[in-house]
Amino acid sequence: MAAISREEVAHLARLSRLAVTDEELDRFAGQLDVILQSVARIGDVAADDIPPTSHSVPLTNVYRDDVVQPSLKQEDVLAGAPDAAEGRFRVPRILDEEE
Amino acid sequence: MSTTVLPTYDDAVARYEPVIGLETHVELGTNTKMFCGCPTEFGAEPNTQTCPVCLGLPGALPVANRAGIEATIRIGLALNCDIAEWCRMARKNYFYPDMPKNFQTSQYDEPLCVDGYVDVDVDGETFRIEIERVHLEEDTGKSLHVGGATGRIHGATESLVDYNRAGIPLVEIVTKPVTGLGARAPEVARAYVTELRDIIRSLDVSDVRMEQGSLRCDVNTSLNKPGEEWGTRTEAKNVNSLRSVERAVRSEIIRQSGILDAGGSILQETRHFQEDTGDTRPGRSKETATDYRYFPEPDLVPIAPDPAWVAELKAALPEKPSVKRARLREEWGISEVDMQSVANAGAVELIEETIAAGASPAGARKWWMGELARRANETGVELAAVGASPAQVAQLQALVDEGKINDKLARQVLEGVVAGEGDPAQVMSARGLEVVSDTGALQAAVDEAIAANPDVAAKIRDGKVAAAGALVGAVMKTTRGQADAKTVRELILARLS
Repeated sequence: MAAISREEVAHLARLSRLAVTDEELDRFAGQLDVILQSVARIGDVAADDIPPTSHSVPLTNVYRDDVVQPSLKQEDVLAGAPDAAEGRFRVPRILDEEE
Repeated sequence: MSTTVLPTYDDAVARYEPVIGLETHVELGTNTKMFCGCPTEFGAEPNTQTCPVCLGLPGALPVANRAGIEATIRIGLALNCDIAEWCRMARKNYFYPDMPKNFQTSQYDEPLCVDGYVDVDVDGETFRIEIERVHLEEDTGKSLHVGGATGRIHGATESLVDYNRAGIPLVEIVTKPVTGLGARAPEVARAYVTELRDIIRSLDVSDVRMEQGSLRCDVNTSLNKPGEEWGTRTEAKNVNSLRSVERAVRSEIIRQSGILDAGGSILQETRHFQEDTGDTRPGRSKETATDYRYFPEPDLVPIAPDPAWVAELKAALPEKPSVKRARLREEWGISEVDMQSVANAGAVELIEETIAAGASPAGARKWWMGELARRANETGVELAAVGASPAQVAQLQALVDEGKINDKLARQVLEGVVAGEGDPAQVMSARGLEVVSDTGALQAAVDEAIAANPDVAAKIRDGKVAAAGALVGAVMKTTRGQADAKTVRELILARLS
């Protein structure tokens, strides 16, 4: 059985606001399935005595002190923005009309 | 929908049992953001307190702020929670421009603090509100919606985003569903948020100002018939004052009851509380937004608070506000009901500081709970922001105690203080409000009053001392209130004895 369905890929695309064509859905579903099945093979060798791992380094409690560091300048912050106005990032309409 | 006849509140709670749940967000008052060293000061120019980390630029790596972790643990301890021995931050993924990273760093199934409780008093009855979890996350940016009606997102053609607030530590406190409150649900909800505010304020980790957004509350409400299962809940957002917490629960109970009475069903949805009308309106539909695809944040290592450190933090917690209130009630010699109104008015610390500045408990309470509370109510600000400081109130009462002004003049002086005209002594001299302490002038006014009212004077000479009141009134009138009534009375009695 496939590890990811075409419907799930369509759902993820919608969550990510990606416009994906039917043809692309078929293609991506196939590609993602190969990736997921490969990763799933790790589960085959993981025995009960191996805890799930989320971090590759065996560290805990890495903190910094609550001391202010310089921020970027506004002009530098906005330099890479597709659009800006009034010192702010300018973004397209957030809600569609039907929402 | 608009044809639904709304029941009265009493009818609604007679037929249905409300279940409420509260989610409260507290913005921490740390110097820097949660995962980077950007400052957190309010009111800076847009996008001047951002860096590659809080802007989510490629390759930037977050490092947790120790002060944010510590404050969250202290809040958890103060709410009687267990502190996790090991937990992780998580990514909450969503597509919305208030976070430039396209996710919010939060906590999912491993909150830092769990299973606590808060006891709240309402009219002498104690209600235990159980806390499900206290977790740490980061605040989002602020959007200005352009092109729609009055800044609303609906109908806007574009939005302008400021990320100064993005990344400021935010603590979310979630209650378990609270049942069995009946008609008291709205009051208890308000009392809970008030108690929470007082507890967090006592920890000095946030300024917990609802009107400034450093304390925000979402209110969940559902109704069920007695003995039946819980109903579908709605979530009211945009609840920006303690009073609104109460109003939101109340209006939602009435609204849902109207729908259920008519045989309808409640839609699970997010609704927006309307400050002007006191009811809630439907908000943005949730669509698939609940699909946040949480996963452990790989760029932040797990949090494993040293039990010895946690024990130390627990031992160093300040006096609980409820314990402190009981102690102060004793010291001030006031009733439980009076103390409750002091607490509800947010006046505990103000009165305490006024007493520390030299006023008597009765004198301090009189001004904060009287004239100043009335003013705060009228202008819709918190008592602490009314414009008079504890030191000024103490000075005002001292002027009264010294006989330089009477209560009536003191109210005028206070008016000047609140208007920013300076300290009470300055306002008194600038406005010429000092009582007539010139005995010669007072004596003349007294003699004039006696001469004008021979009948009254005769009665007093005959020993009817109570009649002196009429003459005191006459003197107060000629001195335009700027005399000390007690002194005037003494002068009259001395003259006529």
